[in-house]
Amino acid sequence: MPKLDFSPIFSADYFPLLASGLKMTLLLFAAGWVFSMLLGMVLTLVRGIPFRPLGWLVAAYVEYQRNIPLLVHLFIWYFGVPQALPHWLNDWINQQNAEAFFAIVAIACYNAAYISEDMRSGLRAIPRVQFEAARAIGFTFVGAMRWIILPQAFRNALPALISQTLIIFKGTSLAAVIGVAELTYQARLIESETFRVFETFSVITIVYLAGTLPLMALGHHVERRGKTRSRA
Amino acid sequence: MIEVLRDNWSFLLWGYFPNGPIGGLAMTLLIALASLAITFPFAIAMALARAMGPRWLRVAAATYVTVMRGIPLLMLLLWIYFFLPVALGFPLSPFVTIVIAIVIFQTAYLSEVIRAGIDALPYGQTEAALSLGLRKPVIVAKIILPQALFNVIPGIINQFTSVVKETSLAYVIALAELTYSASLINAQLMVKPLEVYLVLAMFYFVLCFSLSQVADMLDRSISAKRQASPAR
Repeated sequence: MPKLDFSPIFSADYFPLLASGLKMTLLLFAAGWVFSMLLGMVLTLVRGIPFRPLGWLVAAYVEYQRNIPLLVHLFIWYFGVPQALPHWLNDWINQQNAEAFFAIVAIACYNAAYISEDMRSGLRAIPRVQFEAARAIGFTFVGAMRWIILPQAFRNALPALISQTLIIFKGTSLAAVIGVAELTYQARLIESETFRVFETFSVITIVYLAGTLPLMALGHHVERRGKTRSRA
Repeated sequence: MIEVLRDNWSFLLWGYFPNGPIGGLAMTLLIALASLAITFPFAIAMALARAMGPRWLRVAAATYVTVMRGIPLLMLLLWIYFFLPVALGFPLSPFVTIVIAIVIFQTAYLSEVIRAGIDALPYGQTEAALSLGLRKPVIVAKIILPQALFNVIPGIINQFTSVVKETSLAYVIALAELTYSASLINAQLMVKPLEVYLVLAMFYFVLCFSLSQVADMLDRSISAKRQASPAR
């Protein structure tokens, strides 16, 4: 086996690729996270409206997202959807970074389905009587939600939300397949130019772990704290 | 969309089989079934190691699970595709590559599912068995595993759904499973990407949605059975 040599990866030729890949991964992650949380909240709220057909619509959306691989969602958004969009909108998207744009949309829509389910089960774990009791002693609807229900629901859902955050971070790697120049994409590029397979992949794997290990530790911590607090 | 489906359904279902190589949905299922079958014994061993192994083995197994949860499957697949043949000194077929990747990855996830089943059993059972003079291996094989595995059947089916979704990554290494087959059709038709990829999504949806419905059904009947039994 040839000797390990990490120097090409950190040379002036390839290190910028690595850095820009990391930047793109973080952008996909941050934007994907924010939009999937927002959409997840909207879905949870809509499902709470006491009008059945709306609930069915959200349920159908959740099943559609969850039962199809993220990779296929990426293909639908990146290759398929532009066909149905008007020219001016396609032009605008292409002036931005079309690959990254659709990757963020796909990641957000996909994970929002999971997040809305996490939030919903966090809410459902709280007995309805708590809400009724709060109303009975004079809280308004918003007040009861703000002070009684949501803080508990949030605490219930937190471990699941953190583990979904982890999944969003890892999921950004799939954007490489539609040509977004994020970490995995740059790994392939550096590897094919330097032939340093082991070194390149090691560095990228460590970068991913540097993001995911703290998230997992946080999730573990929150889960343990939640257990002790709800027992008290 | 109907047209795309009418002209290509057989190619999407089983590729050129029987006049050529097998592909499409049949290949997806082959990968998924082979991976799950190979993963299963490893996952049981890993779960047992984590639940009742000696300390060093518990730590080793926990580290393995943590690292696997921390890296994207795509990254693992690239490791195996580009590095493993170099390390082994002989080439691997794409099929073997994706199966190895999923087995390594899913051993971690499936072992967590099985471990949850083991942890859910009351420890009193083990104590009772010990006081009756049964040896540890007998207790595991005759008392713990049969119950734990039965109780997590829904979890295993859900994991199988994840595996089916993960097989779509075989697209990256040009293995003619469902997603790659669809991309071939798309490349041939050129002008109907939205239709082709929606048809592809429909295939995944039908398969994964039915699987998850089965898992839900079993989950309900199993938890009803467990609640009815006086032992708990």
